[in-house]
Amino acid sequence: MMRWRRMAAIALRYFYLLRGSPARVVPLFAWVGIDIVLWGFISRYLNSVASAGFNFIPALLGAVLLWDFLIRIMQGVTMAFFEDVWSRNFLNIFATPLRISEYLGGLVLSSIATSAVGLLVMLLLAGTVFGLSFFAYGLALVQLLLALFVFGIALGIFACAVVLRLGPAAEWFIWPIPALLSPFVGVFYPLSTLPKWMQLVSNLLPPAYVFEGVRRVVSGGTASTGALTWAASLAALYLVLACWFFARIYRHAVRTGLIARYSAESLS
Amino acid sequence: MTISLLRVAFRGRIAQTECLASANEFRPAPESPAAKVLAVKELCKSYGEIVAVDRISFDVGRGEIVGLLGPNGAGKTTTINMILGVLEPDSGSIRIEELDIATHRSRALERTNFTAVYAPLPGNLTVSQNLRIFGLIYGVENLTARIADLLEQFDLGRFRGARCGALSSGEQTRVSLAKAMLNRPRLLLLDEPTASLDPAAARDIRANIRELATKEGRGVLWTSHNMYEAEAVCDRVLFLSRGRILLEGDPKALLREHGKATLEELFITVAREPLTLEGH
Repeated sequence: MMRWRRMAAIALRYFYLLRGSPARVVPLFAWVGIDIVLWGFISRYLNSVASAGFNFIPALLGAVLLWDFLIRIMQGVTMAFFEDVWSRNFLNIFATPLRISEYLGGLVLSSIATSAVGLLVMLLLAGTVFGLSFFAYGLALVQLLLALFVFGIALGIFACAVVLRLGPAAEWFIWPIPALLSPFVGVFYPLSTLPKWMQLVSNLLPPAYVFEGVRRVVSGGTASTGALTWAASLAALYLVLACWFFARIYRHAVRTGLIARYSAESLS
Repeated sequence: MTISLLRVAFRGRIAQTECLASANEFRPAPESPAAKVLAVKELCKSYGEIVAVDRISFDVGRGEIVGLLGPNGAGKTTTINMILGVLEPDSGSIRIEELDIATHRSRALERTNFTAVYAPLPGNLTVSQNLRIFGLIYGVENLTARIADLLEQFDLGRFRGARCGALSSGEQTRVSLAKAMLNRPRLLLLDEPTASLDPAAARDIRANIRELATKEGRGVLWTSHNMYEAEAVCDRVLFLSRGRILLEGDPKALLREHGKATLEELFITVAREPLTLEGH
């Protein structure tokens, strides 16, 4: 049985760290803010030079906003995990009654809180400065965000497992994960642009369905409910696999003693 | 601070005097399984070719302080890590209040807590933040009052808002001990708890732990390289060498048995000539 207090303890720990550290608070909104401003002006420029009838603001800026949302969700999980890595807190944390599911639940709670800040800032900037309105997406927006949210959590947990297995130095493996996926998910272009083999990979990635849906809405159509439901189901599958992978890596760490002596130098 | 420490020490000594007599009354009969807070049976752990812990069995009773002694690399920390569920044994069993750690890890660890010099609390959180977080994890009731009690008990009141990383090593040790007491553990694992403390603070902590064991019936497993401390505090000691228990018993009885004047002499014998004691 999961205990909410234990999950809340992990989230509270992150809240305490954020409260006392501008270095942790500023990145929650600074980078997404810069992204929105940059892509907002690019979209505005493209609107001025392209033929009338196509609005780049929802097509480009909306896509950037959703993509940044996914990255923030993933980073929300990994950053909360890294606090334990950096403070060498694994022994203290895992020698308690805390279950792995509760620990991961705490990381997810932390991520929800931090990514909500980023999402709010992006919506405010994109809406007030560049006139991006998400009302056009209708109820499909909930499905779009849900699929991205669940997939972002799955990526975050997978990344934590990689770092737990390979050590703190492996943090440089995980930051580029969204960049590696971005060509396949078609944030800025239709999947039909991609060669066949890349399209096959795209079919396995929930964000690919999300961004196809966004483009349909922007061009006056409606996002396919079936495709978005499939995207959410696929994301849920990845989440289950990521949790299984983390639990397996944790088990390996307990068997080898890695948890008790976790540091960059002590990994086998 | 000095006054407060003296108060703690004084309280500890009074309690020690009063409680030592009643300690035996408090302890249930040793043969009763319910009297055991910790039961370790045939525990083994190897890292490749290196045997860290080799079929050790021991138990810790209620109100008993058991010293786990031995030279570096003897297997003390490996044993403690296995009891804490952060290291999986190759074979053997660990039961905390009859709960097998392999199958009831979470429930068993609700009854346990620990402190170790190599596991300081996160330095970027304050003393009270750390205590609150771990109090939530351990499900401590009336947490705010419990934290206030512990801050007073360990003379940490003036550091409540200080980041742990900014404290001296002795102060950090006291914070770790306060964390270890949060859930009123039935089993307390102390891995060199006084290693970074000055003599006065170390004496206070010893008195405090002694009081906790005798008055509240907690079982304590204590590792130390300070033989004076082990002799003064432990009801029973286990000498580990190369992953095996070579000697076990009341410290004073062991000294008589082996013709040594101090536990330190006995320790040196165990550390240098373990083979002469094997099979003893």
